[in-house]
Amino acid sequence: MDSSRRKFLKIAGISAVAGIGAPSALNMLMKNEVRASSEGGGHGAQTDAHGGEGAHAAAPVGKRYGMVIDAVKFHDTPGLAEKCIEACHSYFNVPNFGNKKDEIKWIWQMPFTNAFPGDESHYKKDERTHAMQFMLLCNHCDNPPCVRACPTKATFKNADGIVMMDFHRCIGCRFCMAACPYGARSFNWRDPRGSKDGVPFIKKINPEFPTRMRGVVEKCSFCDLRVKRGLQPLCVEATGDTKAMVFGDLNDPNSEVSQVLKARFTIQRKPSLGTMPSVFYII
Amino acid sequence: MYNKGTIIPGLIIFVGLMLFAVLWDGGEKVEAPKPEKPVGYKECVKPLQYMKESHMELLNVWRDEVIREGKREPIEVGGVMYEKSLQNGCMHCHTSKKKFCDTCHEYASVYPYCWDCHVAPQEDVALKEAR
Repeated sequence: MDSSRRKFLKIAGISAVAGIGAPSALNMLMKNEVRASSEGGGHGAQTDAHGGEGAHAAAPVGKRYGMVIDAVKFHDTPGLAEKCIEACHSYFNVPNFGNKKDEIKWIWQMPFTNAFPGDESHYKKDERTHAMQFMLLCNHCDNPPCVRACPTKATFKNADGIVMMDFHRCIGCRFCMAACPYGARSFNWRDPRGSKDGVPFIKKINPEFPTRMRGVVEKCSFCDLRVKRGLQPLCVEATGDTKAMVFGDLNDPNSEVSQVLKARFTIQRKPSLGTMPSVFYII
Repeated sequence: MYNKGTIIPGLIIFVGLMLFAVLWDGGEKVEAPKPEKPVGYKECVKPLQYMKESHMELLNVWRDEVIREGKREPIEVGGVMYEKSLQNGCMHCHTSKKKFCDTCHEYASVYPYCWDCHVAPQEDVALKEAR
């Protein structure tokens, strides 16, 4: 056999190229075939499965809860916002660590510049809007970035479009906090059951709802447990007859929210991000 | 046999040490825990044997149904409605964590982390209700 070094290298090179190239070429061919066949029929099922993950388009069917917040009414009724916050935080055992850095908030207030950054004009400053405080809470987005970021599926979108937290499953990685563009998620840096200088972080523990433990992220749940029983969220209930907050099914054209949204001009927080928030503001 | 003088006493000491723990506590009978059953209820949401063995599995199933699937409706067993909840369901009848949960858990040396977050009913209040 007159095999020279030159010949050996040639054969080795060719087989290497074939070995690396052939599988990927085959893969490409296979994929094309699958795509071609799925366009015929099975594609619908695939997109449905994706929709169930709660990652893509707006839910066209089923319930989708949303809220309209009338910032003007909150501005005109002093004490109303505090009442809402108290109703929520006292029921859900939200701790107050007495420290802005460790703050846990399910519903809170911010001025226009913080709530709607980038929406203010340089040239004309609307004094009234800038004097107002806006009620902020989890937006329960249709395309929630926190859900995509969560590695354990501790946070997920339920059938009613509510972005839920399963505290049992949260490992406290805080990816969701980084992903949320609204700052709606808070991390328990300390044990919420503890106390500082004799003052407990939770003033009075509500025995109907669990507290959290150290190292868990928490946020507003749109009062899922009340909504399921046909009740309004606690903050909405606290506003009473003022109608400063209206809650309901956005997919039902006859619901009160849908009616308000049809009749009034509303804005959303950072709509350009494509998260499709479910909370609307009348300013 | 080489080194008979050291190996045999060594073996005896070794076996003695190994058996010491068994012999020390051997004869004593350990009382099985007697968790306090709720007054006025004859049955639980599932048969007693299932509850003894698999209550933790049931709690996990309830958790997933309630939080993930949104099935929050109470369940009916023998004409009584029960909330699918540890805090608002189980502890509604089993009013004392100390006298019910802890008795067996301590006996079996298991320390579930339920109560890191879930709020146990107040012992004194439960006592008052029981009386």
